[in-house]
Amino acid sequence: MKILMLGWEFPPFISGGLGNACYGITTGLIKNGVQVLFVIPTRRGQQISQDIQVYGADEIPLLNPRVKTTFRRKGDAKRTLEWLEYSPELEISPYYTSPELMHSHQIDLTVPLSKTARNKYLAEGALLEFTGNYGKNLLSEVRKFELVAQSIGLLEKFDLIHAHDWFTYPAGVRARQVSGKPLIVHVHATEFDRSGENMNREVYNIEKYGMEQADKIIAVSFYTRNIITKYYGIDPAKIEVVHNAVNKDRQLERYSIKKNFDEKIVLFLGRVTMQKGPEYFLEAANIVLKKMDNVRFVMAGSGDMLPRMIVRMAQLRIADKFHFTGFLRGIQVEKMYALSDLYVMPSVSEPFGLTPFEALLYDVPIIISRQSGAAELLKNAIKLDFWDVDKLAATISNIIQSKEMANDIVERCQEEIKDIGWYNAGRRIKDIYQKLLKTDKV
Amino acid sequence: MVSVCFYFQVHQPYRLRKDYSFFDIGLNHFYEDEEANREICNKVSQKCYLPTNNLMLELINRFKGKFKVSYSISGLALDQFEKFNPEVIQSFQQLAKTGNVEFINETYYHSLSFLYSRAEFKRQVSLHKKKIKELFGYNPKTFRNTELIYNNELGKFIEGMGFSTLLSEGADHILGWRSPNFLYQPKDCYKLNLMLKNYKLSDDIAFRFSNRGWEEYPLTADKYARWIHNISGNGELVNLFMDYETFGEHHWQDTGIFDFMRALPGEILKHSDFQFITPCEARKYYTPVARINVPYYISWADLERDLTAWIGNPMQDSATEMAYALEKKVLASRNPDLISVWRRLLASDHFYYMCTKWFSDGDVHKYFNPFNSPYDAYLVYMNVLNDLKISLDRNAPSKG
Repeated sequence: MKILMLGWEFPPFISGGLGNACYGITTGLIKNGVQVLFVIPTRRGQQISQDIQVYGADEIPLLNPRVKTTFRRKGDAKRTLEWLEYSPELEISPYYTSPELMHSHQIDLTVPLSKTARNKYLAEGALLEFTGNYGKNLLSEVRKFELVAQSIGLLEKFDLIHAHDWFTYPAGVRARQVSGKPLIVHVHATEFDRSGENMNREVYNIEKYGMEQADKIIAVSFYTRNIITKYYGIDPAKIEVVHNAVNKDRQLERYSIKKNFDEKIVLFLGRVTMQKGPEYFLEAANIVLKKMDNVRFVMAGSGDMLPRMIVRMAQLRIADKFHFTGFLRGIQVEKMYALSDLYVMPSVSEPFGLTPFEALLYDVPIIISRQSGAAELLKNAIKLDFWDVDKLAATISNIIQSKEMANDIVERCQEEIKDIGWYNAGRRIKDIYQKLLKTDKV
Repeated sequence: MVSVCFYFQVHQPYRLRKDYSFFDIGLNHFYEDEEANREICNKVSQKCYLPTNNLMLELINRFKGKFKVSYSISGLALDQFEKFNPEVIQSFQQLAKTGNVEFINETYYHSLSFLYSRAEFKRQVSLHKKKIKELFGYNPKTFRNTELIYNNELGKFIEGMGFSTLLSEGADHILGWRSPNFLYQPKDCYKLNLMLKNYKLSDDIAFRFSNRGWEEYPLTADKYARWIHNISGNGELVNLFMDYETFGEHHWQDTGIFDFMRALPGEILKHSDFQFITPCEARKYYTPVARINVPYYISWADLERDLTAWIGNPMQDSATEMAYALEKKVLASRNPDLISVWRRLLASDHFYYMCTKWFSDGDVHKYFNPFNSPYDAYLVYMNVLNDLKISLDRNAPSKG
């Protein structure tokens, strides 16, 4: 069985949990005998993994997109052709480069091109450029990724398409159309998680479209499945839940890390953005610090809310006990966990949430938000409503003052996650593939 | 007789390591980016300090004592010159020998200490005084506070410390209808003279000289001398105060700034009613025309001419408060290393980097900011301060 996997992140090019989850799922599948061809926007010229086939979309030449006979699924062929005729992507995408043109000149496609010019540049064999970032060209890159997916769909042999998060849904749908193979979209997060009620309509529409066109949906938690049915109107029967697992490799042992000061450390680690609830952590820290002295708080990570959090912390005048590390990677993340005495995940809406599992690997007790997928697996963790700052503060004080309580949480939670591994997650996903391939008729 | 008074500010802060992180707290006591500090001092010495000092010496010699200048050189700059560029010290010593140069007293650490601790302020002033005496054999009579920060209280305090002259900014909102081109006296003072910067004429050189969009571009020495000469009859004293780095660093050599300066004294002295003086000489020729009331702090920074470049946003306020809160513990440690590390952290520059006022539109703040953002500047500073605090609490000398 060979799977065309479409993703936006893959280690080492990761900005959050998505890339790690994609890596875990892929290794889990490979161990279960599934072949995976993983395509990300760009691998920046690097060989990513010896065991996994990973390609960048920027190294896959375009096929002439006007070959109409290649549409094997009916449904949306009309939309696709219309889309190609009017190519909205051409208006958002700032640059488009074929290899020959790469060094000579770049064409500004923010200006609509004449039909002849477009034919010339959207020619057979052209390569598209990707940053793979979540920058302001994201939507344009999502559209370009869709074009590339069409070429792959026509060129490559595979049995099934598996697309991770909204960036790759249009590409998945397109590959499905041209190849006739079934599509699974894997929902790691939704626009609802990221933005609450203030959703970006364009992103929401792409998500909904992907979910509707998919033959099957995998959600990372029941929490997320509820969101998909409630906010995207999808039939729950179409959604399977496969919990993420956690990578149990670690390079550091807790006892090998020496703390440079005496205070206990309470950690927040994640993107500093609305979804993760950093402000609840900060306000709770302020309450704790009013009563206790032997504790320091650390907010590790970066994000759109970081400047606001820094200013708020300064305003609260707790800079002698509250620290920011910025974005951490690799061994620094492990070091941060190993230094910590308590991990808090106050997410407002968390589809899964890998970080509490990571914290447990370093014997760090956890407090997690009830509004999270992780809470489904960690029945013994302390669960709170993210907005209940007073309760959070009281719980933090209790745990850091009681070694017994801390140890108890760690032991019980570790017992719960003993059997959680990517191999098992891979097997669950493989089952879903097999069932789908049996029922799917082209 | 109308006098022209040049005062140049020479200052280089110790820049902190941009990568000083949370993980360094409690472990690593090397806060400063030695390499960057050395490189910057080398660069600015080559581009500005050495050639400009040579030019000033040339002018003093050419006009046989009729051309005079004054300098305020922060202790932080002097320390770094002694370490990285001793030839700069020697060149200032040569200037001192001419007898046509005045050295002005300031806080050794270019700090905002007057706002937070009068005791520390006094200590830093006397440290600087000692240093000037030691290096240049000069006994300063004139004081200028960091960034020309000033109010009535400072005037009174400085008079009490025995100074004869104080320099500040001729901000419109304190002068009102009055002209900066006279000698003034601070409110509540009886001896101390106050000299206020003519910001228009100063900034013509310091900021606008190389601006091609400026209607007066290019500025020539004879044109500028004409503007100075226009003061004759409605002013006595033109105070041209600016950063010394104006020459060769803010305006590169190819803008013609050195040629302009080389020609300027001659052009000004063409008019027999004009002369050059240094600040402490002003009292010989003039008496204050009025007392100036400055209840609120002013400075020479930004359009606002207030303190908002260094304090006022929560990051700046939390940083200054925490830094000055350490004073007692630092001094009690009696550890000279810790004390000087702490004092270097009081340099106003650190708080300037945390300014968010015009963060969005890359202006002068950004030009001088080694950090990518005011937030980065704040975080590094607080990490460093936390390490210092831990070192103090352990009451063990820093092994740095």
